[in-house]
Amino acid sequence: MAETGVAGLAPTAAGSTAPRWNVLPIVELILLALAAALPLALPDYLTVFATRVAILALFALSFDLVWGYAGIMSFGQALFFGAAGYGVALLGRDLNISAVLVLLPAGVLIGLAFALLLGGFLLLGRHPTSMIFVALGTLTGSYAADRLARGWYYLGGQNGIPSIPPMTLGSYEFEEGPVFYYFALALLVLVYLLCRFLVRSQFGLALAGLRENETRIAFFGYKTQHLKAIVFAIGGAIAGLAGSLYAIHEGFVWPNMVGVVISTQVVLYVLFGGSGTLIGAVIGTVIIEGVSFWLSDNYRDIWPIILGVLLLLVILFRPLGLISFVLSERERVGSFGVRSRKSSHEKVGHGAS
Amino acid sequence: MKRSVMALLEASGIVKIFGKLTALNGAALTVGENEFHGLIGPNGSGKSTLMKCVAGAETPTQGSVRFAGADITALSPAERARAGMSLKFQITSVLPALSLYDNILLALQAQASLLDLVLSRTRGALHDQVMTMLQQFRLAERARDPASALSHGQQQWLEIAMALAAKPRLLLLDEPTGGMSLEERRVTGELLAPIKAHCSLVIVEHDLDFIRDICDRLTVLDQGAVLETGTVAEIQASRSVQEIYLRRA
Repeated sequence: MAETGVAGLAPTAAGSTAPRWNVLPIVELILLALAAALPLALPDYLTVFATRVAILALFALSFDLVWGYAGIMSFGQALFFGAAGYGVALLGRDLNISAVLVLLPAGVLIGLAFALLLGGFLLLGRHPTSMIFVALGTLTGSYAADRLARGWYYLGGQNGIPSIPPMTLGSYEFEEGPVFYYFALALLVLVYLLCRFLVRSQFGLALAGLRENETRIAFFGYKTQHLKAIVFAIGGAIAGLAGSLYAIHEGFVWPNMVGVVISTQVVLYVLFGGSGTLIGAVIGTVIIEGVSFWLSDNYRDIWPIILGVLLLLVILFRPLGLISFVLSERERVGSFGVRSRKSSHEKVGHGAS
Repeated sequence: MKRSVMALLEASGIVKIFGKLTALNGAALTVGENEFHGLIGPNGSGKSTLMKCVAGAETPTQGSVRFAGADITALSPAERARAGMSLKFQITSVLPALSLYDNILLALQAQASLLDLVLSRTRGALHDQVMTMLQQFRLAERARDPASALSHGQQQWLEIAMALAAKPRLLLLDEPTGGMSLEERRVTGELLAPIKAHCSLVIVEHDLDFIRDICDRLTVLDQGAVLETGTVAEIQASRSVQEIYLRRA
């Protein structure tokens, strides 16, 4: 994804004056407008479904940041999502806490703490770790958490923890419906903008270097393992926010929330929409969840097969995801320098455009 | 050329063993301030391995590497880079999806603090330096093109520019003219000449004419050990080099 600030014309190459529209801001604005208008057009039960999708899109952003931008294959992202979900469920059940200003920060901190712990172990060794080591390490972490949750009576075992009380802001209770939807959407937009700022900053350029050639940038002086641990922890914190919100919205948590199934699901969201583009992660989530919902309603027996074939087709024939239908490679990678300015170098120019 | 009083780089007694293969067997390399030093030898003599041991890409089995008076043998590549050492790999390692501008910016901002990177505090200040590097290496007109669009020779120049971006005290170049045309080799020599004012150079190269034109001193490796070291004239006059190295070459 490229930061362009506003939709507009951008030079296509050095010295070139041929204008070309940046597509990304237009896609972002259209999706935002559609998302904002959704509750006005949908019945309540679909607004509840849309809320769930918005929260899962938040979760997808966490994985996209880690994998799509930094190249860290986290196959256990649900660990942070589910751990935060269990955390807020326990706060509600055991301490009777329902304040949104406590629960959501707690979810963020739980996700962050788990990511720091696992990331510290997997990424901060003496030598850089291989992708397969990190992938299997995170997968194992997620699987172990699933088994732990299933077997630990305190966490409700197979049944999880039901009846999480609605979150409150002062005397106001957030129930399922339009208000909860707009709250989730606002958080999604906020996190999206923060991620957008981060990936288009100079830190984002370092992440691009990490993803493209970790060994090379180490020889420039980058502490690559630290960079990876930091972005992994940020991803964990975002997954924690999503997990806590999801648990509150659904009203219960269960072992699948920390397990391999949800971890794989988020990989599919991002691959389907287009990894390395924040908007791709959102689009992937919306389409996979939307199509699943529609197929399961209309083709009750064979819908998983249809969905599987669809996913396979996109990943085989459009490896950069659905977003690559509208986004050029140049705009997807983006640029990180200052905007063109009046200087002796103006004629060759460069900018984030 | 007279040797500098203080050596910038001193690698001594370097042994590197890969399984049953001894790639380096007590090799040594001493480079002074502002010295261009060529590392030559037949294929398999250990040139690239010695370069990697100096840069930190390989850890020597035995021996020590001192840089600017400090023992850096146990330091990581990133720590060596921060100490003022820079490497250009044998295989071109530019970042193909990024623009030329961003490749240089990536190298230039490597030692900025995390907060500076997140807040993009140095981006504006580095703009002129990026463009100066690109102009110096005749790439400014293509600043916004992806690095993958460059010819092989231009990618080599871009990588040298990236290696020089942070103003290192020592630049290590592993076969910088590999795959270049004669004209590109000549231009590469011209591009490297001005850096002598502020930087030492160690260069591994098979093109002996290129090495002779730009280097002050040479070290000849054979079977993992130093066969001869001296000025270009001394090496050219050396009977052992002529008999053992040049004849084999």
